[in-house]
Amino acid sequence: MIAEFGHFALILALGVALVQAAIPLVGAQRGWSNWMAVAAPSAVVQCGLLLAAFLALTWSFVTSDFSVQLVAMNSHSAKPMLYKITGVWGNHEGSMLLWVLILALFGATVGLWGGALPPGLKARALSVQAMIGVAFLLFILFTSNPFLRLDTPPLDGNDLNPLLQDPGLAFHPPFLYLGYVGLSMAFSFAVAALIEGRVDAAWARWVRPWTLAAWMFLTIGIALGSWWAYYELGWGGWWFWDPVENASFMPWLIAAALLHSAIVVEKRDTLKSWTILLAIMAFSFSLIGTFIVRSGVITSVHAFANDPERGTFILAILAVAIGGSLMLFALRAGDLRSGAMFSTISRESGLVMNNLLLTVSTLVVFIGTIWPLLLEIATGNKVSVGPPFFNLAFTPFMVALAVILPPAAMLPWKRGQIGRVMQPLWGVLALSVALGALIWALQTGRSMLAPVGIALALWVVLGALTDIAQRVKLGRAGWRESLRRAGNLPRADWGKMVAHAGFGLTMFGISAITAWEVEDIRIVDTGQSFTVAGYELRFDGVEAVQGPNYSAEIGSFTLLDGKREPVLRPEKRFYPVQQMPTTEAAINYGITRDVYVVLGDSQGAGRWAVRTYIKPFANWIWAGSIVMALGGILSLTDRRYRIGHAAGRKLRGAAVPAE
Amino acid sequence: MRIISACLAVLLLLGPGGVFTGPAAAVEVDEILDDPALEARARDLSKELRCLVCRNESIDESNADLARDLRILVRERLVAGDTDDEVIAYLVDRYGDYVLLKPRIGGGNLILWLAAPALLLAGGGIAFVFIRRRAPAFRAEEELSADEEERLAELLKQ
Repeated sequence: MIAEFGHFALILALGVALVQAAIPLVGAQRGWSNWMAVAAPSAVVQCGLLLAAFLALTWSFVTSDFSVQLVAMNSHSAKPMLYKITGVWGNHEGSMLLWVLILALFGATVGLWGGALPPGLKARALSVQAMIGVAFLLFILFTSNPFLRLDTPPLDGNDLNPLLQDPGLAFHPPFLYLGYVGLSMAFSFAVAALIEGRVDAAWARWVRPWTLAAWMFLTIGIALGSWWAYYELGWGGWWFWDPVENASFMPWLIAAALLHSAIVVEKRDTLKSWTILLAIMAFSFSLIGTFIVRSGVITSVHAFANDPERGTFILAILAVAIGGSLMLFALRAGDLRSGAMFSTISRESGLVMNNLLLTVSTLVVFIGTIWPLLLEIATGNKVSVGPPFFNLAFTPFMVALAVILPPAAMLPWKRGQIGRVMQPLWGVLALSVALGALIWALQTGRSMLAPVGIALALWVVLGALTDIAQRVKLGRAGWRESLRRAGNLPRADWGKMVAHAGFGLTMFGISAITAWEVEDIRIVDTGQSFTVAGYELRFDGVEAVQGPNYSAEIGSFTLLDGKREPVLRPEKRFYPVQQMPTTEAAINYGITRDVYVVLGDSQGAGRWAVRTYIKPFANWIWAGSIVMALGGILSLTDRRYRIGHAAGRKLRGAAVPAE
Repeated sequence: MRIISACLAVLLLLGPGGVFTGPAAAVEVDEILDDPALEARARDLSKELRCLVCRNESIDESNADLARDLRILVRERLVAGDTDDEVIAYLVDRYGDYVLLKPRIGGGNLILWLAAPALLLAGGGIAFVFIRRRAPAFRAEEELSADEEERLAELLKQ
């Protein structure tokens, strides 16, 4: 009954989405305000219906209703409650339902809080948003219906993949989707602006918050996934350049470019058509990612050919969305010229460089991801494109980005001078180079990765701090004056500093762990102590334990650090329903290093194979990502997004007293 | 393998998927060579070679039987005195280019390697022309200096 209710709500949502796609658009073209007014309420209703459908599916999972096919295939009565709930999106059908729910959620936020938007833009954007919704609702109803019933329900379900029964991965998909799908809003605004033929500062001010939010969620989602891989997959790898990861990384890179170019549109009313193109590209990469992942085309061309229904459907959505929007762009981009002038050395130019590097690095990821597929289709040859390619081809662009970041971020709008911008940065530069040289001298004979990476990281972090120090005249004015200036700085400026510093921290973590990781593989007797890179560990034996839906062998290792002597307990688990073994590494987290222990196979007579890793500064990778996301939040709470909106720019100075 | 591919189907959209082979084992104790220099070379080589039956995993990361066989093979070749290039050539002869995680620079792969630098040059050129076209009409004397602008901003805030 509940499942049928959800099914019905899903079909109704499709009906509402059809109305929302058609009526406001016609209204906007003809200038009928009552037709345009349909957009906001229908966006809210569509979201409500999809929420009902999603809750109905969640209910079926929570109550272990195995007459629902999806629940029977992906859940089990003995599974902990948390994973019954997160199991809703731990499968294709459920995750697509979450996808459209989030799509509608973003539409509803525009419907609810978009009061200050120009009515035409709002109606068109919500209409485009609903068109995407219609496409994906049809996809779900025709190829991936989560509410199908079984004639003869099984006694118990097939359980969820044990690797997914983990808090890190449980919350990874919702964040990732909030990011992926959040970019749909920027896309809808871009297409709406193209239909309308007008892009102005108000448009950019509306697109930026949604892009910021989407980018922030993507950052958190990618970081969660990477952290999960680090502790769950058993050897501390945190990025694999896997097609599925690349599918989330490409929209992230383009969204980062879009964030920056939208600032130029907002502040300087130029780079308009490029920003529109980026908005289209960002969501196109989300769609391409969905296609890559959902069709299985990357794993094997033959898998796609054998079960082409879903893949073909998404490919059709992809073709219409990307092809249609690009065609519209080609027709209308010419109208978007603007005359704002700026000099070769200016913030505008710096942001153009940022966009160029981010776009080119996206292309590296894109072509590397699809190359095996392209080559196989074209010539029949099979090649592999793996981490060694990506590391070599991608890193130079990130290095270039880090090199130009601090001065470019401090350049004034319109016209700047390199000399003046570099004046406060010379000290930072000298310090960073000195640190790099010191590291290089200390680790002679090893790669340049650590010295270069860490020098750049310091350069970026200190550069971000210098920017703020300059803005508040730290050291030049009195501290009271500096404090007052700090209070007056827009939140967006703080957000910029924090996000840039976060980028530097992540770079530092990546450089350190890549260059300095130590690995040790050995067989250890119960009671025996061993030393890895100066860390002494004692192996205290292995015990067998029964978990809720698995059995486990748990090892016990004491880290003999002379202080608290923490005990590390790595596990080998076996999930009988899925017939699947997993390893749970034990990690002693630290600011400067993680000690990472993995239990291998028993060698008999209390002897076990043991892998120990010392992972220097591992946590900085994800801490930096979270700092980046925090920068996004700070920027998102900037006053110009909270009040004023479209019309407020002129009024703001007069109407709102300084805080 | 069926379990693994079933998991993959589920996990595909969920982020860093594709690297699921149950308990990570990869290099076993009994495989490690006595000579640390040779062993280090073997590890570096292993990271560039694909486990042919896995999804996007190197033989260094994979615990598949084939990956183990290949790791042992690499070490045998190294012990026999092969250079790194000879080891790779040996494996490519047997398994084709598919075994290389870093495609060779040359032939059709040139497109893969040169696409990004080419776009950087083209995009850089377009960006340069774009910026240049904005610059000449720029009239310096009409603009305020940075300090003046800052003062103006201060005054406007009050």
